[in-house]
Amino acid sequence: MKSFLAVLTVVATIVVIWYLACIPMNIKGVLDAAERAEEQVMPATAKERRNASALGLVAKNTFAINRVWSVERPRLPAPHQVAQELWKTTVQKKITSKRSLIYHGQVTLSATLLGFVIGTGLGILLAVGIVHSKVMDMSVMPWAIVSQTIPIIALAPMIIVVLYSIGVQGIIPKAIISAYLSFFPVVVGMVKGLRSPDAMQLDLLKTYSASTSQGFWKLRLPSSMPYLFASLKIGIAASLVGAIVGELPTGAVAGLGARLLAGSYYGQTVQIWSALFAAAILAALLVALLGFIERNVLQRMGMSA
Amino acid sequence: MNTQTTTQAHAIADAPEAVVEAKNLDLVFPTNDGPVQALKDVNLTINKGDFVSFIGPSGCGKTTFLRVMAALEHPTGGSITVNGMTPDEARRNRAYGYVFQAAGLYPWRTIAKNIKLPLEIMGYSKAEQDKRVQEVLELVELAGFGGKYPWQLSGGMQQRASIARALAFDADILLMDEPFGALDEIVRDHLNEQLLKLWARTNKTIGFVTHSIPEAVYLSTKIVVMSPRPGRIHDVIDSTLPRERPLDIRDSPEFIEIAHRVREGLREGHADD
Repeated sequence: MKSFLAVLTVVATIVVIWYLACIPMNIKGVLDAAERAEEQVMPATAKERRNASALGLVAKNTFAINRVWSVERPRLPAPHQVAQELWKTTVQKKITSKRSLIYHGQVTLSATLLGFVIGTGLGILLAVGIVHSKVMDMSVMPWAIVSQTIPIIALAPMIIVVLYSIGVQGIIPKAIISAYLSFFPVVVGMVKGLRSPDAMQLDLLKTYSASTSQGFWKLRLPSSMPYLFASLKIGIAASLVGAIVGELPTGAVAGLGARLLAGSYYGQTVQIWSALFAAAILAALLVALLGFIERNVLQRMGMSA
Repeated sequence: MNTQTTTQAHAIADAPEAVVEAKNLDLVFPTNDGPVQALKDVNLTINKGDFVSFIGPSGCGKTTFLRVMAALEHPTGGSITVNGMTPDEARRNRAYGYVFQAAGLYPWRTIAKNIKLPLEIMGYSKAEQDKRVQEVLELVELAGFGGKYPWQLSGGMQQRASIARALAFDADILLMDEPFGALDEIVRDHLNEQLLKLWARTNKTIGFVTHSIPEAVYLSTKIVVMSPRPGRIHDVIDSTLPRERPLDIRDSPEFIEIAHRVREGLREGHADD
């Protein structure tokens, strides 16, 4: 109960700051609209207002304050505007509609999940190789690290162009970009996890003359589970980012990335913000789902912390 | 294989049969501070059915010697045979079970499944696995606990389970590296008593590393006192205590005399530092 209150306080504080920030952010637009409606505005012309400070304008035109939260194309939409847009585009639209965020969300989600599966699989395979082979340890790990220093926003168009030229398009390029981001935390986590059994555990298996593969299946893999789940949670969030970024350069017509792009083309800030929130909510749900699976699996394995 | 078919009675009555023979054994570890002589000129014979304790301060090589027997370390000089074979061959022939200081049970396996681990690795049939698990669980007085998970058991019970795991594939030799070191004195006494019973019932040859003088004297037929830098054998004491040992034997003059000799040996070992 106490922690619930604390969380509520933090959320409330953020919302309050957000509402307050709307005042200076949107005041100019509100005053421009008021001037067009031939209301008395201080200073009177847009030209004079251009270089005035936002807070100064607020002080001189207090009558306009209550309008900053209901601008049609605000610089910063108010929380309730975003919430309304989210409600309208999820619950009130049929999911087949091109305006439904559920529709766009599931387009992005399918690329995210495919990318996540590819990335996780690749990550685990690389980790197994790295743990068992000195050569792979020295050759793969540096490249894996370097790969993550390249901004994905620069790489994504090239991946898409190259794949398009060999006839691959649709969900696959997006999934590959998403896999590109998600394999890395899995490699790092699984290498650590597969190496987590201590010397005594390894010696014990040695006294049984156990083979490398027996050691892997019976000791290393089960021991790595807590590390795997920690990595998966980072990986799934990275996958979602990858899928959204993958939608931007193609000018995709569907997906949360496409919604973001369309919103910014037409100055629909409310639409951008609601797409951002849809992505955040999707990520939170995915991480929560993994957390739920993690708790169950680790509890069953007697490894819950 | 002939050695294993010999009956116990025969082995005890006749000339003792050597299970482990170390001759002029040397082991040097290369370290960043230069080579460290972990074992120097170690000569020791362990006979079938012996309970041999290795006692000495840290760095005297007692654990290293145990690990050499188990082929977890390889000597840099001299020779050692286990059941007449090299330690590596002996391991492949399942000559020994090894018990570490920590129980090291897998938390994701039940006690029974933990004991099955070596049996699975060695390719025993399912039926054989179940049969052996039941046998060793009874041997360490844990019958009925097979379905429990390690965290549901006390530290002493976990260590008994790990002994059961080492016994599961019925090796002749049991190597124990401070198995009760992490347990409190009361649990330790109890486990020592149980271990003697187990030894009497199975007639295994046991190599036992310990820091505790009473533990070494109470358990052993032979006590090997070691001293450090370089790790070497200082004294080998053949116990005069009977094989049947109630806990109160520890108050007998004989026991105290042996304990005294061990303590003297440890002190002398330190003196020539």
